[in-house]
Amino acid sequence: MGAFLFFLLALLCVGSVLGMIISRNQAYNALLLVLAFASLGGLFGLLDAPFIAAVQIIIYAGAIMVLFIFVIMMINLKEGIRPERKKWTIRLSAGLAVFLLIELGLAVKGTLASFRGAAGPAIGSPTELGRLLFTDYLYPFEITSILIIAALVGAIVLVKKKKDER
Amino acid sequence: MIPVSYFFGLSLILFTLGIIAFFVKRDLITMFMAVEVMLNAANLAFISLAKATNSLTGQVIVFFVITVAAAEAAIGLAIILLVFRQKKTIKTEEFRLMKG
Repeated sequence: MGAFLFFLLALLCVGSVLGMIISRNQAYNALLLVLAFASLGGLFGLLDAPFIAAVQIIIYAGAIMVLFIFVIMMINLKEGIRPERKKWTIRLSAGLAVFLLIELGLAVKGTLASFRGAAGPAIGSPTELGRLLFTDYLYPFEITSILIIAALVGAIVLVKKKKDER
Repeated sequence: MIPVSYFFGLSLILFTLGIIAFFVKRDLITMFMAVEVMLNAANLAFISLAKATNSLTGQVIVFFVITVAAAEAAIGLAIILLVFRQKKTIKTEEFRLMKG
């Protein structure tokens, strides 16, 4: 059952990201990305991280993608973006990406071998995560709040129109 | 039980797909989405390693990564809106201000 779910979710995730690469419509891209993030949330659940799975779906598939769709709506391109004329850049980037994949795979192979058999029950329940956040990771947590305020103020100041521009 | 290396392999594939999307696509919004895909691939790697090492530290880091990604999305989309207001386009090939 677990293996079936893993392969289903992995296929859904990779397929929707591939669809994002192929499709030229930005709204479809955003919806495919929502699908990819939702299936990633399911994968997080399979990895014994139920709280992170919920956060992934609420914040990523919910909030961030709504922000994206909002900006797509505001920009509202009349005609879609035509396909790339220079085909060699696509081929070059695909080749380099495969090269990178092989290199990364070789790099992590040794790392993963040292963890074999160590897996045990470490369920990331909200209680445990909350305790960690407010004890060991209290300072990073508080700094995150400053970061969010800075991002909010920055976004408002950036997008605000000046009075004489109206 | 599914081995952790499967999840790790999936995260590598997702990261590579994100990089391909970043270089192949030509509009700013979709390129930004590709960055989000890469961040998510990194999150998957963190959580699978948290499972492998039997600790919750990886999950806490993912929590912070998601928060930073939300802040980054807000700022990045604001910048994209600014660029669109100035240039009336979001296609990357039309930004040639720094091209001599």
